[in-house]
Amino acid sequence: MSAVVEQRIADAAPAASRRRSITLVVGIVLTALVVITAVVSLFWLPYPLNDISGGRLDGPSSAHLLGTDRLGRDLLSQLMVGARIALLVGAGAALLACVLGTLIGLVTAFSRPWVDDTLSSALDVVIAFPVLLLAMLVVAVQGASLWSATLAIGLAMSAVVARLTRILARRVLQEQYVTAARTSGTRLLGIVWHHVLPNIAPTLAVSLALQFGVAVLAEASLSYLGLGAPPPNASWGRMLQEAQGTVLNAPVGAIAPGLAIVALVLGVNFLADGLRDVADPTRRRAR
Amino acid sequence: MTLLDVTGLTVRADAAPLVDDVSFTLDAGDRVGLIGESGSGKSLTSLAAVGLLPPALRVSGSVRLDGHEIVGTPDARLRALRGPVAQVVFQEPLTALDPLMRVGKQIAEPLRRHLNLRGGALGEAVATALSEVALTDPRIARAYPHELSGGQRQRVAIAIALAARPQLLIADEPTTALDVTVQDAVLTLLERLIAERDMALLFVSHDLAVVSRMVERIVVLQRGVAVEEGPVDRVLRDPQHPYTRALVASARALDAALDASEGDAE
Amino acid sequence: MSVLELRDAGFSYGSRSVLDDVSLGIAEGESVGLVGESGAGKSTILRLLLGLAAPRDGSVLFDGRPLDLRDRSLMRRFRASVQPVFQDPYSSLDPRQRIDRIVGEPLRSLGLARGADAASRVEEAVAAVGLDADTLTRYPHEFSGGQRQRIAIARALVSRPRVLLADEPVSALDVTTRVQVIDLLARLRRENGLTLVMVSHDLSAVASVCERTVVLQHGRIVEAGATRSILSSPSTAYARQLVAAVPRLPR
Repeated sequence: MSAVVEQRIADAAPAASRRRSITLVVGIVLTALVVITAVVSLFWLPYPLNDISGGRLDGPSSAHLLGTDRLGRDLLSQLMVGARIALLVGAGAALLACVLGTLIGLVTAFSRPWVDDTLSSALDVVIAFPVLLLAMLVVAVQGASLWSATLAIGLAMSAVVARLTRILARRVLQEQYVTAARTSGTRLLGIVWHHVLPNIAPTLAVSLALQFGVAVLAEASLSYLGLGAPPPNASWGRMLQEAQGTVLNAPVGAIAPGLAIVALVLGVNFLADGLRDVADPTRRRAR
Repeated sequence: MTLLDVTGLTVRADAAPLVDDVSFTLDAGDRVGLIGESGSGKSLTSLAAVGLLPPALRVSGSVRLDGHEIVGTPDARLRALRGPVAQVVFQEPLTALDPLMRVGKQIAEPLRRHLNLRGGALGEAVATALSEVALTDPRIARAYPHELSGGQRQRVAIAIALAARPQLLIADEPTTALDVTVQDAVLTLLERLIAERDMALLFVSHDLAVVSRMVERIVVLQRGVAVEEGPVDRVLRDPQHPYTRALVASARALDAALDASEGDAE
Repeated sequence: MSVLELRDAGFSYGSRSVLDDVSLGIAEGESVGLVGESGAGKSTILRLLLGLAAPRDGSVLFDGRPLDLRDRSLMRRFRASVQPVFQDPYSSLDPRQRIDRIVGEPLRSLGLARGADAASRVEEAVAAVGLDADTLTRYPHEFSGGQRQRIAIARALVSRPRVLLADEPVSALDVTTRVQVIDLLARLRRENGLTLVMVSHDLSAVASVCERTVVLQHGRIVEAGATRSILSSPSTAYARQLVAAVPRLPR
């Protein structure tokens, strides 16, 4: 069957595309909710973070929409600030992973077989370590802070991105348009910049979105373990840890940050799915 | 007896049809060619004949294989038909054969299912099937598809297709991916087997020269529409439809170059 | 003197030898067909002639001088003079670039022209292959196989080369388009005095454009000569087999 006919068949699955649009919309909504919350928190919070005027472990009320924690601080305010941290660390780590990972991946894709093998094995070792363990190692060396959490998670994830970039770049390098670029006189850097990067970018963008979700979870886990950003930074993970002792009599303290994490990670993953469809070059229609 | 009766076959993926109101019949022992370029719908038409179209496509019209209606029939019921009535040989043997299964085993499967053979008798039948496609080396049965050449793989695919002793063989560009000498050998093989077993043949191709050798009648498809039908000699000598004329003219131009008195014909 | 020449060339992929002792000279203005079946080494010969790889043995000569792949200025001049057309029109154009950028790449990378001068040469090349100007702002996926192949030819022409090396340029095309592209190649040869080396497993394509044919089998040249004599009276058994196997239309 010719390529044109196959394309039309692939485009024709209506149920799948309906499902895809719903997913994308949900993803956008969830992510937007978190982003808006974070932005709003920069300008306005129901209560300042260190305000312990509320009662201890109060349930939701008109004064405190989500209630208070065991120190009397407003949960909603903490949740909003937590959104900031989740997004900052998530984005920061994902970006670091992408930049570093892409660079390393490109180097391995273009290097001689023995260099490629060595680097790939090193990457495999890093990937075999759980992200969390690696992050803990970095934090142990650097001390806990927003920056070290971002660095740790970013470094750990960059190995995955590097492997992906390597495979994508090598696939592009086998295309005839790269050979054509060589015979047009284009040199290595030109080929990377004009041909390799633009063709791997869409898939990498999807990967970036997925890494974002991983990073948010990693940050929450680090904070839960007490290795994340120290107080007064109110990370969702830390909220979870503080609430765990009293989860039976004051469940909102744990449910709220838990749901928030789920919302953001799910939202970003759905977005990534939607991005994948937009980015897929085989979905382009011939006129 | 009419083996294949296609009436008003229309296949759609979206608004525009991929196959548009195509009709033709094939009696037992007939050899018919479906000729067309890419996007003509020839492969889809041949797949429709055995109900092998991708599920995302909407099919209307009627396809009767040995009297049984194919369109709208669930796959489970079609499976019983496919073996003994019609079999397909595809273009790319690498994807048509299971890469993880030894070739002998792949031939054994239809033999076991349709002829109910077991054990020693099955082994002999596999060897016979292989020798009928001129693969006499005993090591071939134990080989995996990637260990064989393109021509050998296609012969294996033919052996698998013929194992169930179908009345109709559908060949979808079976030699397009092969070298020219190998193509010649495989086509000769097909001719012999079809004659020996008195099978009907539906041969799909874009290559007029190949098709003209294998069939008596052709149906010319252009963008899903059957624009011309008739005995292959007549269509080649005296094409009626403008598209057929263009097709035949191009094929003749290329063919003529081979007899040219100039290698620098420009 | 040959514009391009292979002298006693050999090439291996890993431990597998695909070319042995091949000597082939292409004279300026000639049209040569390289025929043979898969694994014969025809595409490898093109790769060597395109300076994409160095031979294991023997040498590649350009205008009588050995082609040193590391000599940048020589390679720039070489690349401007010797351009390829590849087989797969769906893979030889970068899907993310506009046609004007694709066709203009040799001008940019070889420093042959810039700005308005480059733009007009790109327009000229696209017109020469029979496509309209509005092709320039579009993307590859908007075109059919035959049109893409023309775009690839335009890219090959933009540097005003002396030699076109075509690797199965029409194999992936429908028969009606095949004839159009073959005619285009023949016309370009006539009008620009281009030297053409065409690899093909399709003898009729070679017969339509190439005066001379070289038959390859298992990495060696088995027969070479005027296309018409090879077709009408091949002297080696393999060439006879090849010619006899070509499917023919009934008279």
